[in-house]
Amino acid sequence: MARAVTTQRKALNTTLAWIIGLLIFFPILWTILTSFKTEAEAIANPPVFLFFDWTLENYAVVQERSNYMRFLWNSVIIAGGSTILGVLIAVPAAWSMAFVPSRRTKDILLWMLSTKMLPAVGVLYPIYLLCIQLGVLDNRLALVVILMLINLPIIVWMLYTYFREIPGEILEAARMDGAGLKEEILYVLTPMAIPGIASTLLLNFILAWNEAFWTLNLTSVDAAPLTAFIASYSSPEGLFFAKLSAASTMAIAPILILGWFSQKQLVRGLTFGAVK
Amino acid sequence: MGRITLDKVQKAFGEVEVIPPLDLTIEDGEFVVFVGPSGCGKSTLLRLIAGLEDVTGGQIRIDGNDATSVPPAKRGLAMVFQSYALYPHMSVRKNIAFPLRMAKMEQAEQDRRVQAAADVLNLSDYIDRRPGQLSGGQRQRVAIGRAIVREPSAFLFDEPLSNLDAALRHGMRLEISELHKRLDTTMIYVTHDQVEAMTMADKIVVLQAGVIEQVGSPLELYKTPRNLFVAGFIGSPKMNFFHGAEAAKHDAHTIGIRPEHLTVSTTEGTWKGTVGVAEHLGSDTFMHIHPEANPSETITVRVGGEFSATHGDTVFLTPADDNIHRFDADGMRMG
Repeated sequence: MARAVTTQRKALNTTLAWIIGLLIFFPILWTILTSFKTEAEAIANPPVFLFFDWTLENYAVVQERSNYMRFLWNSVIIAGGSTILGVLIAVPAAWSMAFVPSRRTKDILLWMLSTKMLPAVGVLYPIYLLCIQLGVLDNRLALVVILMLINLPIIVWMLYTYFREIPGEILEAARMDGAGLKEEILYVLTPMAIPGIASTLLLNFILAWNEAFWTLNLTSVDAAPLTAFIASYSSPEGLFFAKLSAASTMAIAPILILGWFSQKQLVRGLTFGAVK
Repeated sequence: MGRITLDKVQKAFGEVEVIPPLDLTIEDGEFVVFVGPSGCGKSTLLRLIAGLEDVTGGQIRIDGNDATSVPPAKRGLAMVFQSYALYPHMSVRKNIAFPLRMAKMEQAEQDRRVQAAADVLNLSDYIDRRPGQLSGGQRQRVAIGRAIVREPSAFLFDEPLSNLDAALRHGMRLEISELHKRLDTTMIYVTHDQVEAMTMADKIVVLQAGVIEQVGSPLELYKTPRNLFVAGFIGSPKMNFFHGAEAAKHDAHTIGIRPEHLTVSTTEGTWKGTVGVAEHLGSDTFMHIHPEANPSETITVRVGGEFSATHGDTVFLTPADDNIHRFDADGMRMG
């Protein structure tokens, strides 16, 4: 009896998970499908699902009109640079919070996270002006720094939870063995936290890759990443859904592939500390 | 060299004073054991010496130099932790070499020392394995290896054997004692196990609630415990205590007699009682006897393995007068 109930519940859970998964995936699937339709089929009513004339025309047009590789390269630099810079700063910060906490550590962590609750548009104006003044509007390096600062609270939080799982005695042993602070972090803490650091890197790379608000507002030509590439097909040419879809598919493809291959790390990173 | 002096060393965590001002001198080459019940401050004291905790007051001197605010890495001490605290991502070889690498020692010399330590500790066969692939005893040896390669001025052991099973613990106890004889280096060893303390120490420091109850050689503590706490803590099985009329006969508030200083007879003796539980260890038998005068109490007595008595038998106990410990109303030793 009890076993029957468990099996039923399992089946129910699986079904529910599939439904939710498909619901979430559907927009992406629809975008990919639309990218292979002609413009007419893309806006057909009722919509066509699978039975249309598959075409690669949209991709050809998109590639012809704009230089995909340049946008891609900018995305890689901005997402990669901000993530690496963020981790370099966050490792020592998380170390101090996890291993030498003070009375205020919890408050500081919460305060850092609270900055994520601020609507980004609230600080757009000052940051925009700052960029003009410093002459770094449409500059990749400036975006690396800004995106790093924006994601830093999350990086610190993630690393903090990972570091908390590392027994303090091992770090004490390193200290007794003559390791200074630098050696302790470099040779003992970091290698032990590599799985955690890897999933932090991955998640933040994805976050930075998908970040649209700042990249759209602070770039025009030189530093424009893939988000701007997509946007360029949406506003002035709003009716060309098939081409917009093709551009979107091209923009999300690298990150989708990366995400697919690193599912395990990502899931571990996101649920870490929740289940012991 | 490894002479360590604690001068009015004091430790408080916030409002809670764990160690009131305490003085202690550990001579070069001595094997000193800090022993006491859980929470008595013995581990904290060791961590203060190591530099892993900051003292609240007082001074720690190592070989005459003030080390109170010297970071742990610079104190020249090595520590073996209860959890072994090996670096899980390094092979045994790299674990042992780590302190040498930190000291920026020449690679050839590093290799030589690691190999020597591995030979001494029988680790040569596992040298390229990771700690996760080793048994508890092997891990403990790696931890010791990591401590000895750098030739520290003193070794600190924090309950290093408490995660091992009984047989292994005995073996490691001998190994550590032997190591001490060979290296002739100061060792400070923390344990709650008085058997470890008795068998290994040159000098035992008995602690309770952060206060040193007594310092002395194992036999000193056994023969002349300074107070009731030490008398009850040192010795296995525990000393028997008598209050009231029995103690008054000896002009004391409390008297104590160790189980091995009572003789048992089936015919005559000072105290009459009935046998409760008898624990037969083969070589020895520990009998728990309920005295007729006060049947709710238990007197433990050690008799030879061949002595046989069963539950409910009547026996007589006679204390050896020379080995009666007398204590006053404050629990301090008399005479």
